[in-house]
Amino acid sequence: MSAPVSLAELLASFAIVLGGVFALVGSWGLVRLPSLMERLHGPTKATTLGLGAMLLGSVLWFQLIKGEWTTHELLVTLFLFLTAPISANLIAKVHLLRLRQGQPGEVIGPAGAPPAPSAEAEWSTFEAPREGSAGDMAGD
Amino acid sequence: MTGSVLDWALAFGFAALGIALALNLWRLLKGPGVADRILALDTMVINGIGLIVLGGIASGSGTSFEAALLLAMVGFVGTVAYAKFLLRGDIIE
Repeated sequence: MSAPVSLAELLASFAIVLGGVFALVGSWGLVRLPSLMERLHGPTKATTLGLGAMLLGSVLWFQLIKGEWTTHELLVTLFLFLTAPISANLIAKVHLLRLRQGQPGEVIGPAGAPPAPSAEAEWSTFEAPREGSAGDMAGD
Repeated sequence: MTGSVLDWALAFGFAALGIALALNLWRLLKGPGVADRILALDTMVINGIGLIVLGGIASGSGTSFEAALLLAMVGFVGTVAYAKFLLRGDIIE
């Protein structure tokens, strides 16, 4: 043990360790939880947060120790935090669609099957957008 | 080297991401549903970005972050393409 540990190094190390723990917890949840609707929470929340912490540690390290201002990490963080909910939504839609079609392999969680929406509407999983509806991109 | 604390933190981070990737691979192989496999692949991409970031810190150069950004974008597009193919039977309509 020669040089005293600087506060910047401690901060960066703490962020990296925190990121590792969250990434591990997210993947452990992906393996451990019983059905897809529960499994979605691990990777999309814990792992994304863990990677955010790691990228923050990277920014701190480059800024405080090397004296370089790097913004790529912030771009990655922003992009991941924006896209994680979208991927989660699409994967949940795939799950709902295949559950409804009775495809093999889709497990219903302990909370039971997802409830049907009210009225005569259906979950919008496979239905093609109608003319003039919100999802209609044909005329745009 | 800059010091021992950061080295230990980096080693811990690499180990955590390695175990996380192994767990994701297990879920990818076991399934049971298609959506589980898409989710496992998506998580593997995110953990791979983490590995690139930690490697960038360990090597002390910021040149690998473009790779991380590209992987983030391509991974998201890949997930959307998989999901869209299953949802609509087509990717580009």
